[in-house]
Amino acid sequence: MKATGVSVSLGGRTVVSSVDLHASPGEIVALVGPNGAGKSTLLAALAGDLPFAGEISLRDKPLRSYRPVVLARQRAVLPQKAALSFPFTVGEVVRMGRAPWAGQPEAADDEDAVVEAMRLTETTGFAARPFPALSGGEQARVALARVLAQRTPLLLLDEPTAALDLRHQELVLSAARDRAAAGAAVVVVLHDLGLAAAYADRAYVLAGGEVRREGPPASIFTAELLSSVYQHEVEVLPHPRTGTPLVVPRR
Amino acid sequence: MLTAYKRMGLIGFLVVALVVVCLVAAGKGQVPISPAEVAGSLLHRLGLHVGPLPSAVQGENALWLVRFPRVVLAVVVGASLGCAGALMQGVFGNPLAEPGVVGVSSGAAVGAAAAIVSGVTFLGAWTTAAAAFAGGIVTTFVVYAMSRAAGRTEVVTLVLTGVAVNATAGALLGLLMFRTDDDGVRAIAFWQLGSLAQATWAAVAVAGPCAIAGLLVAVALSRKLDLLALGERPAQHLGVDTERLRITAIVATALLTASAVAFTGIISFVGLIVPHLIRMVAGPGHRVLVPASALGGAVVVVTGDLIARTAIEYQELPLGVLTAVVGGPAFFWLLRRTRARAGGWG
Repeated sequence: MKATGVSVSLGGRTVVSSVDLHASPGEIVALVGPNGAGKSTLLAALAGDLPFAGEISLRDKPLRSYRPVVLARQRAVLPQKAALSFPFTVGEVVRMGRAPWAGQPEAADDEDAVVEAMRLTETTGFAARPFPALSGGEQARVALARVLAQRTPLLLLDEPTAALDLRHQELVLSAARDRAAAGAAVVVVLHDLGLAAAYADRAYVLAGGEVRREGPPASIFTAELLSSVYQHEVEVLPHPRTGTPLVVPRR
Repeated sequence: MLTAYKRMGLIGFLVVALVVVCLVAAGKGQVPISPAEVAGSLLHRLGLHVGPLPSAVQGENALWLVRFPRVVLAVVVGASLGCAGALMQGVFGNPLAEPGVVGVSSGAAVGAAAAIVSGVTFLGAWTTAAAAFAGGIVTTFVVYAMSRAAGRTEVVTLVLTGVAVNATAGALLGLLMFRTDDDGVRAIAFWQLGSLAQATWAAVAVAGPCAIAGLLVAVALSRKLDLLALGERPAQHLGVDTERLRITAIVATALLTASAVAFTGIISFVGLIVPHLIRMVAGPGHRVLVPASALGGAVVVVTGDLIARTAIEYQELPLGVLTAVVGGPAFFWLLRRTRARAGGWG
């Protein structure tokens, strides 16, 4: 996936302005930045949800030229908030992720994909429960299972760790890393800079709708850049054992 | 798969129930005919000479000229209402959507009444149905456009939009009544109450095809409606062309409502209560919900009509009044429950 000069206006305000971004198979790309930096809007544009100026291409074809169902076999999107109008069971919700493959040879893997996705997100135990009866964190994992079951070469995840406890945050990002290792490209919006530093191959630091810096977290997560972007003094220390940057607000 | 059996069992049960209530309903009336004789008469007409023929004087005529068209129209109307309810709830993402509640039935009735009052007959027997369809489709689009925000329909918005639409449609019906003669007034009053008393084979021949077309579209959309439960954008992410789905579903709803309203007037709440009960038994999956709601709606309307015309001797209760008497309180209960679950109206 490649985006060139992408701008998005919402309600007359430019929320994302001339962003260049690319994500290749096998890598996790993190979008980080303060609230209102345009991360989710940029992700929505990449997903094809919003009208945008500039160019976005997927597998060297313009995003706009894709039919919805063909696009759905190429990219899966995890929304920030999981909603459901009717009380489907967890199993049914995860199976919805297989919808784009109906009538394709890949439909033979439906069962496999669902079972695997539920195992990876540790939701197998809930299969028969109605989705609305789950806690927020459990719902978030089920939503992720649905996205993983879609088995697409591109994953767009909007804050997949927001509602999760420490263990499940690691679980979710490990699942993303496994997908990347298997050849998928993953673009993920993260608030936790520590997680971004630990899991992302590259990161884009956004502020005010623009990319302020792009590169491997270890080299771009500097106290100077982050302090200016977040408008709060931060310290960046290397982890004593692994060397990955730890970002700590100065208190 | 226990649930799969359960779902097939539900459909099977509803089919059997429908056949039984139809046989009973066709037999009840001023000329009583036993269900076995009703079945016998049917089979004889189909060329199968088994079972007894009606023994009562004029039994055969009572069945074929009066009762059968009425029962068949009841099936058509009930199936249309049940299916329209399930379809609308799916598209609006809201279990309280229903043609009667949101005012689509009233809109269709305005169309039908306008056709009657103005006396236009440009499409022959189809004129009323076409006018009801036009009224229904305009109202559905209006309700849809007014009550949705960010891909969802809040309960309050939906119900309030229904209040506004029903008020407007009521005013238009009143104007039409004011403009017309006594016959017209009676005809429109009949629409507002809802009744199957005017059932004829000609009405069946018009309402039937509309209902069948609407049902087939609804069944074809059922998988996509499941995905729409995730919300508009997630459904798009799963490859659903939501714009097209929405327009197709609205046209199908209007077709179904038109077939239900054109010859019988407004029969409310069937489309609300039936899908709700089906969901409690079979879950929210539309592949079962849509056909089961159609069957369930047919059972309810055939039974309701049977009660409406036999409860008081030599008199007929308006069916719409009867369904409202049962449906109104049920709607209260649903509202309260939905509110409790959502923790307020948000």
